[in-house]
Amino acid sequence: MSTFIGDWHALAILFVAGVIPNQIWRMLGLWFGGGIDENSELLVWVRAVATAILAGIIAQIVVQPPGALASVPDWLRYSSVVAGFVAFMLARKSIFAGVIVGEVVMIAGKYWLG
Amino acid sequence: MALPPLDSPQWQTSFRAFLWGARSIGATVLTLVLFATYLGIGALAHDSGFSLGWTLASTAFVWAGPAQIIVITTLGSGATVLQSAIAVTVSAIRLFPMVVSVLPLMRTEQTKRRHLILVAHLTAVTLWVECYRFLPQVPRNRRIAFIHGLGLGLVSVCLIANTIGYTLAANLTPLLAAGMLMLTPLAFLFSTARNCRELADVIALVLGLLLFPLAAMLNSGVDILVSGVVAGTIAYGVHRARAGTVRARA
Repeated sequence: MSTFIGDWHALAILFVAGVIPNQIWRMLGLWFGGGIDENSELLVWVRAVATAILAGIIAQIVVQPPGALASVPDWLRYSSVVAGFVAFMLARKSIFAGVIVGEVVMIAGKYWLG
Repeated sequence: MALPPLDSPQWQTSFRAFLWGARSIGATVLTLVLFATYLGIGALAHDSGFSLGWTLASTAFVWAGPAQIIVITTLGSGATVLQSAIAVTVSAIRLFPMVVSVLPLMRTEQTKRRHLILVAHLTAVTLWVECYRFLPQVPRNRRIAFIHGLGLGLVSVCLIANTIGYTLAANLTPLLAAGMLMLTPLAFLFSTARNCRELADVIALVLGLLLFPLAAMLNSGVDILVSGVVAGTIAYGVHRARAGTVRARA
């Protein structure tokens, strides 16, 4: 077993937990797509839940940080997100500006803290 | 980069259309955002103990950043396969309306369902946004080839980004490694905020962020699911209530 692939068991889990639950929706869209109104109430709810799940993932990484990110203090991670968001809004919703400012605040802050 | 006019001989073969699609990855800032996101996913996978091959397979076969991050963070923090699968299933529902809305843009009378399988697989938020921007400039009978080029081009960029992120995470100083892991939440937060079209989307985003820490106290293993369904349903409720008031006034 090479280190590139690692554990075949993990690859099998990827298909069961990641690939199949994800692809099922694309294929359903392909098969039954014709008859569904894009603006139906059900899809508004689905989109809201999907957005909130995405928000939860963002929050999880910031609140319960993995690996090297855990070495950055809580307040600095939160400040980085807030600063990035302010830049995003000021730069007329530029994703790029938000990411850069957020990163600079966090890296500079951590560097300064030592 | 400008695409050739609709009647140009450049559109005569599918292969040319494919190449124009692949070249169009250079014509959008979203490519840069995807690059940053997948750099972050590569680093995240490394720090959560997955192999590089596993990470690349997840990008090629899942091809949905949020789903990949859910799998990595939930499995990495000890959730069961079933818990991860449920969270991914719910997060991926949003792909359904995307596929439904994108396919009519490229269907012709000769199009068979099997011709659209790869397009359906490549459909994710970035491609979905770009279809609306690029496809009006592409002749209808070449649109599938164009999207294959664009989509596979984006996948390639992300595979490269994954490899760089994974390798760097193993070798960078902790400071820069932390910076790279932070790319994912920042890029996702701002691209989601940009995609918010209605009040319901904004409320879902804000409540989803705020409710997660509360849901995490339950320690259910499906915290993301709990906060997502609750926040999303409240957002939908507000949308309904507002629609009701507007109708009552009218």
